[in-house]
Amino acid sequence: MTQDVRTLAVTVEGGRLSVRTYGDPSKPAVLLVHGYPDTQAVWDGVVSELIEDFHVVTYDTRGIGASKGPLFKHGYTLDHLADDLCTVADIVAPDRPIHLVGHDWGSIQAWEAVTRADSAQRFLSYTSISGPCLDHAAMWTRSGIRKPTPKAAARSLKQALASWYIVVFHLPVGPRVAWRLGLAKQWPRIIKAIEGTRLDPSPTLHRDGSRGVLYYRANMLPKMRRPEERPTSVPVQVLTPTGDRFVTPALAAQAPVPWTERLYVRSVNGGHWIVVKKPALIAERIREFIQSDIATPGGPEPVRSLLRAEAKQGTKDRREFEDKLVVITGAGSGIGRATALAFAEKGADIVVADIDSVAAARTVELVELLGARAHLYTVDVSSGEAMEKFANDVKDTAGVPDIVVNNAGIGMSGPFLATEVKDWEKILGVNVWGVIHGARCFGEMMRERGEGGHIVNLASAAAYTPSRTLSAYSTSKAAVLMLSECLRAEFARYGIGVSAICPGFIATNITRTTKFVGQSAEQQERTRQRITGLYRKRNFGPDKVAERIVDAVRRDKPVVPVALEARASKAVSRLSPALARRMAKIDPTG
Amino acid sequence: MSNKTGPTPEALRRHRDAQALAYRCAETVGAGLEAGVTEREVARRMRVYLRENGVEDFFHIPFAWFGERTAFRSLRGPWTPLHFFPTNKRLEEGMPYILDCSPVVDGYVSDIGYAGVLGGPGTNRVFDALMRDLAEYRTLIPQRIKAGDTLAVVYSAVDALIARQGYESRHKVYPGRVIGHQVGRMTQRRNMGRYAFGFGVRTLETLGREIVTEGIKGRSPLWAGGRASRHAPAPGLWAVEPHIGFRSVGVKFEELLVVTEDDAFWLDNDLPHVRRWQLEGAHA
Repeated sequence: MTQDVRTLAVTVEGGRLSVRTYGDPSKPAVLLVHGYPDTQAVWDGVVSELIEDFHVVTYDTRGIGASKGPLFKHGYTLDHLADDLCTVADIVAPDRPIHLVGHDWGSIQAWEAVTRADSAQRFLSYTSISGPCLDHAAMWTRSGIRKPTPKAAARSLKQALASWYIVVFHLPVGPRVAWRLGLAKQWPRIIKAIEGTRLDPSPTLHRDGSRGVLYYRANMLPKMRRPEERPTSVPVQVLTPTGDRFVTPALAAQAPVPWTERLYVRSVNGGHWIVVKKPALIAERIREFIQSDIATPGGPEPVRSLLRAEAKQGTKDRREFEDKLVVITGAGSGIGRATALAFAEKGADIVVADIDSVAAARTVELVELLGARAHLYTVDVSSGEAMEKFANDVKDTAGVPDIVVNNAGIGMSGPFLATEVKDWEKILGVNVWGVIHGARCFGEMMRERGEGGHIVNLASAAAYTPSRTLSAYSTSKAAVLMLSECLRAEFARYGIGVSAICPGFIATNITRTTKFVGQSAEQQERTRQRITGLYRKRNFGPDKVAERIVDAVRRDKPVVPVALEARASKAVSRLSPALARRMAKIDPTG
Repeated sequence: MSNKTGPTPEALRRHRDAQALAYRCAETVGAGLEAGVTEREVARRMRVYLRENGVEDFFHIPFAWFGERTAFRSLRGPWTPLHFFPTNKRLEEGMPYILDCSPVVDGYVSDIGYAGVLGGPGTNRVFDALMRDLAEYRTLIPQRIKAGDTLAVVYSAVDALIARQGYESRHKVYPGRVIGHQVGRMTQRRNMGRYAFGFGVRTLETLGREIVTEGIKGRSPLWAGGRASRHAPAPGLWAVEPHIGFRSVGVKFEELLVVTEDDAFWLDNDLPHVRRWQLEGAHA
């Protein structure tokens, strides 16, 4: 990264800015503006990710780091700060518009610049991270006060509580002295404690922290008192870090809505200093936005999560799972196919995977019949290698899925001593390893992406209902149930929900393919027909299970017993395990 | 109704004429449908058409279903047998419909089902797909009967095909889950023109007798998937009506199947849905 860096000093009214440019100047220019109390060094991680594709520019804002600025607050109004930004933009890319990115105070300044009258000639796009336009914020707060619904009051109160430090910064002397007297030294430790981000403090932090207080004093009160209408036609992407203690997602996402033409709000998993904590993720979000046809005319279609992020404006009504990608294994029949159709009907794109390519192709046809997009894959879920390849193919062609339904499963019934090793390998391979591989490959992608997601695993009522005839099947499904519970606890921090579904006796193909160990082929066929008939009489279709799966994703449910017998058996297993044990001795197949 | 040796050529001709008349009625009424017309009005048009063409009685009253009702779905609550009767639901552009009528001409019964969509082919993708796939059932059913399978086995084969296609069985909603029933000539004059539960009283009487007499022989005049259908069909005429659905669209055909001791074939091949498939096949 260092080999390409060039430093220049730009003189502006009342100061001199220290500017760094990286990479090939002929590539599209991206200007990154840092926040408080950071310097341009806060972008180092992001810069090294973007340098390959862009001409990247950073600078220390006036009075901060290596830049010089006036001594008094009058020199730090947003007007001056936005002038500085435009001057830098004009110098590094004099003849063409650039892409703008701001974090924290840098984002506030950038908002000021992109909401100026001539902004469309200067900026192609703007990505805002954790810093609202102060005028928008003031208007948003006022609208909350003017129409004080409980919801509006709650969100305003939340933001007010998060803004305590702004009040503190307006107290005379104290805050500035504090930075000089040791706050700077403690700063990294404080940030580590409150949001777990490891900051690399700049040597000028004590001075920057103190000087930066002037940014607040010069702008906060005037803007809050007399906000102006500041619209912009520049496409704006707002990244809202979850767990941001200073700018609430509600403010960041809602305040710009009336003032922007094209607004994309995307949640990212991390704290306020996410640009330091997850530079690769932030760079990826910036890149996706800048390179799409939203910001670059003639560019590729935006990625799915960007389309989804387009803030609802006007009457554009969206279906519940529109622009979401759902991966379903075993989608060639039964519950898998019904689930594919249920999600397709609600607007999702579907990845249809099955070991039977003919059956999967038929599901694809049906999904398309509902007007949704479908991708076809033939995969054996029990093979780790095949699943990894499958997951990577999905990522390359359709993107990271938002929902993964590990549905593929097989049935097996019969005495334990008649169940051979190869039978065990087969059922554990599909029912357990299939789920493990699905959760492993796609879970990793979801975590990396940082936008959360949901994993649905098809367990069974057999997971908690012992039966003398179902040792292998029940064992495999109990494993799925416990795996789901553990994963749920572990993945919660990534915003990934995990649900286990326990359907019951559902009329699907599973009864026609179940292996009844210890029976001759002829006996098996008879048993299959009889059990299939019983299941058909039960008359509980896979479409009802599919609806419950959709609901489990919608409400992030942990364990969902579906049919009455599944719920009843769950109750028995909890209220009277002794009764469950007694019932386990019954052989319904005999 | 039952015919121990199978119907005579003359009887077949008379049944074929009755069936052709019924399909003519459905096609004529179907072609004259306009947006805004109600099911009741359409059922009335069928009744009038058939009466004007010399029909003295109906096996069951004419039915018309529009929109989601073609898949036997009710927008308000679960489907009950009362929902089969024509309602004031109005037809809209692109909406599927099913007309089902069963004129009796000089005692010769016919029973047909005709599925269409307002606006014709190309206006409703789901309807077109269902209609295309419905053709497989017309091949499957006589093939399996000819092979000597019992009615219950054929019923299961139809279920399996529906599952493979990813659709839903809608004939399972009919009373008794029947996919078909035996028909013949009704010679009784008593109770002509009287109806109960939508069926002609003569129909119910005949059917009642059949259930008893056939039941003695271990057979049933009704064709479903249960124990009562574990036998090969009695030689004679069977009205067969596979009805499949996908989401809120349903399609069916219903026509007479001739069953003899060693053969099974459709009574007539010159029918609207068959011509449609032939045309599609020619284009494909």
